[in-house]
Amino acid sequence: MTAQPRIWDIPGGIHPPQNKAQSTARGLEQPPLPERLILPLLQHIGNRAEPLVKPGDRVLKGQVIATASGLFSCPVHAPTSGTVSALGPAPYPHASGLAEPAIIIDSDGEDRWIEAQPVADYRSLEPLALLDRIRDAGISGLGGAGFPTAPKLAARPDHRIDTLIINGAECEPYITSDDMTMRHRAPQIVAGIEVLMHILQPAQVLIGIEDNKPEAIAAMRAAAEQHPMQVVVIPTKYPSGGEKQLIQILTGKEVPSGGLPADIGLLCHNIGTALAVHDAVLLGRPMISRITTLTGAALARPTNVKALIGTPIQDLLSFAGLRPEQLYRLVMGGPMMGFTLPDSAAPIIKTSNCLLAATHDELPPPPPALPCIRCGLCAEACPAELLPQQLHWFALGKDHDQLQRHNLFDCIECGACAYVCPSSIPLVQYFRAGKAEIRAIEQQHSRAEQSRLRFEHRQQRLQREAEQRELERQARAEKAARAKAAREAQASRQQTETSPAAAPDLARIQSRKASTLSPEQKQLKVAAATARMALQRAQKQLAANPDNTDLQAQIPKLEQAFAEAQQAFEQATAQEAP
Amino acid sequence: MSIILTAVLTLLVLALIFGAVLGYAAVRFRVEGDPIVEQINALLPQTQCGQCGHPGCKPYAEAIANGAPINKCPPGGETTIQALADLLDVEPLPLDGEHGEEKPPMVAYIREAECIGCTKCIQACPVDAILGAARQMHTVIVAECTGCDLCLEPCPVDCIDMLPLPVTIQNWRWDLPRPVTGSARGGAA
Amino acid sequence: MTEFILILISTILVNNFVLVQFLGLCPFMGVSGKLETAIGMSMATTFVLTLASILSYLTYQYILLPFDLEFLRTISFILVIAVVVQFTEMVVHKTSPLLYRMLGIFLPLITTNCAVLGVALLITNRAEQTFLSAATYGFGAALGFSMVLILFAGLRERIAIADVPTPFRGAAIGMITAGLMSLAFMGFTGLIRI
Repeated sequence: MTAQPRIWDIPGGIHPPQNKAQSTARGLEQPPLPERLILPLLQHIGNRAEPLVKPGDRVLKGQVIATASGLFSCPVHAPTSGTVSALGPAPYPHASGLAEPAIIIDSDGEDRWIEAQPVADYRSLEPLALLDRIRDAGISGLGGAGFPTAPKLAARPDHRIDTLIINGAECEPYITSDDMTMRHRAPQIVAGIEVLMHILQPAQVLIGIEDNKPEAIAAMRAAAEQHPMQVVVIPTKYPSGGEKQLIQILTGKEVPSGGLPADIGLLCHNIGTALAVHDAVLLGRPMISRITTLTGAALARPTNVKALIGTPIQDLLSFAGLRPEQLYRLVMGGPMMGFTLPDSAAPIIKTSNCLLAATHDELPPPPPALPCIRCGLCAEACPAELLPQQLHWFALGKDHDQLQRHNLFDCIECGACAYVCPSSIPLVQYFRAGKAEIRAIEQQHSRAEQSRLRFEHRQQRLQREAEQRELERQARAEKAARAKAAREAQASRQQTETSPAAAPDLARIQSRKASTLSPEQKQLKVAAATARMALQRAQKQLAANPDNTDLQAQIPKLEQAFAEAQQAFEQATAQEAP
Repeated sequence: MSIILTAVLTLLVLALIFGAVLGYAAVRFRVEGDPIVEQINALLPQTQCGQCGHPGCKPYAEAIANGAPINKCPPGGETTIQALADLLDVEPLPLDGEHGEEKPPMVAYIREAECIGCTKCIQACPVDAILGAARQMHTVIVAECTGCDLCLEPCPVDCIDMLPLPVTIQNWRWDLPRPVTGSARGGAA
Repeated sequence: MTEFILILISTILVNNFVLVQFLGLCPFMGVSGKLETAIGMSMATTFVLTLASILSYLTYQYILLPFDLEFLRTISFILVIAVVVQFTEMVVHKTSPLLYRMLGIFLPLITTNCAVLGVALLITNRAEQTFLSAATYGFGAALGFSMVLILFAGLRERIAIADVPTPFRGAAIGMITAGLMSLAFMGFTGLIRI
């Protein structure tokens, strides 16, 4: 028995009934191949992938069907062989019930792989090359939040990562997918961790597992025996599986408010992500399946399944023996942080770790909320040491400044406060609404700022164009006036002259008509016009701001400059005239 | 008698001294312009639509600084009125209906089949959100369009529609839960 | 030294100008909506009170008394206070236009604040007055006013979002709270006698 390294405790936390035994009795099962798979283009935090296929294309299992767009995006792979039947909005597992663009594949039943290209010796590869592999395999975090893994590993190139933490805690009730993964895939997980170690070169690696999973602990300990990583057993408490909470338990350090674990030299990955990394690098297989818990009293055979991504949820539920008349609420995720699925036609995506088919007695409708009695139990339960009671008052009063001053955005929405509230106030909903409003207002402000800048640039552009036109108009008017004067002078001279002199006059007239301004004269004329424009502009500004003493001093200077320029031009043209 | 004289003289001297001090302070602590206008302008939605009756958001900000009512901006809606009320410490008023209703965010859309390429809408757009040139296709840059609908009127073939912004997973929001049983809440006292 | 501590305790707690002597209630109720405004107002009033009480004392001691003009004290104190407030207003307008805008009409209303005139007049009533004790008296009065104003603003901010029964909302609950605070401060009565 290895000596357990020191662990710390997190503030707050709760101990809800675990309800995990129901889904661990049947081991890890393989559901039948679904007839139709829905692959949404966005399955994580970030940007949608761009489809590479169109309806009618044949695809093989593991083939890339959508490519990453930008840094925070993951490619999507075909989970089985078949034909692309459609490309467009499809049901999506989200609380809103809105549809999302997806690629729909009809499976052909053969489940044929493309040629896998495992890395022979990943230790010989540069970390960047391995990151490309991980990104190309479409790996995003499997812990629940779903951050694309490749950018997360490359997050802070200037920061040293001292400790790599592997999250096997799985603190939420009902969910057992990580537990089963560790029991049945421990050596592969360890191999995946070693790939991560090669990329990050941490000083130590800690694998945190809650003490309610003795078989998983034993399996992981056995697999990690000769490897430079430590399995650390932590007491069962919700929410010790949260990233910041697990970091605090294993290292005693707190992630700074608004910061990332990489800021203090730590990185946390789920064991499922480590397994996916193993599959991608050592087996050359992209991420096309995950282990999902199917549980809840409405199921006859609750279990854990290795499900293909894109499997419609109703297929999995019928595999687990759903009794539809008993189903009251279908939750994706756990009872604390999951959301109710409005549509069971939606598919499993990369972050779907559990499906909870609850009966009415299992997840009864919440009692109506009563007024807050200011008991303070919520503040005692909060693992982030926030003040949920105060946040709730401010959210009601829409006091956004105070919400931010009380660190609303550090709330991890774990639901411990709502769990203990004696008045059954839905606290997390207040916080979510508050966060959404603050984000929307900030977005509105930045858009308004952008619009304001565009408007001001447009005004400047219009003013420039107006000045330019004015300049040209002046130039044309002067030219016309001069031509007119020349014609009149010529006409009057013609009247006083006798015919014999007509011929030389004609020549002179023609020469005068043909005479245009020389380049220097043109320059002087433009200079005079510019000086006049500057003077007029200053005068206009002065009219708008009569008190501006700078302008008042400028104007006499501009007047003088204009007079000089005009004089110079007249002198130059006067020299021409006979 | 002399006491009255002394009293008057004393007060006079005091007043003169204090007047001098104030005069000096008036020059020393002079305030140029009015930075409050910038702060008000920062709260307005910058659609430059003119629905408030002023030719743009900056002129309306200046008018507010001089006492104009704060409830004339439909694109800003209730949030802007509340923010202005907080900044200026006045009572928030309901939106003045004669200048327009508060609508959900909209963007303009040009039906390209009918566009004749006259550039009249491009000249009308206050934030240059329409791309195009004479006798070339015109199109609205959705990310920059503020929904002010100033482009609708100049179009000679009436080919511009105002469409509401679609709700997607990325901009869907949770609503505030319903109020506590028994009392009608929402900014008590 | 003891004398000054006693003066401070008396003016801040025992004979608090707002809650015990009921002077200066106008800005107390009017500016206590938001904490930031209240802090700004209390700083402005502290500045005005201290300066005004010092200048009033000097005016009284060295101009009015030598010429037997004590009867002019009310009008000359008002003159002094008006000048100080005007000066303060200009300084605030220059340094913090936002605070100037938030205080609004209440800044020049410090001129008519009975607490300021009250402090100035009460100083003249006290026996054995020295310059330093007058200054301490004025400063202590200002501190008491500020403390109460800030406390009340904090309470009113919380009341604004609390679940108050409909008949009590608005000014009513504000007055009740002020009355309860006043009751609490009456508990200091008899602590010291100044």
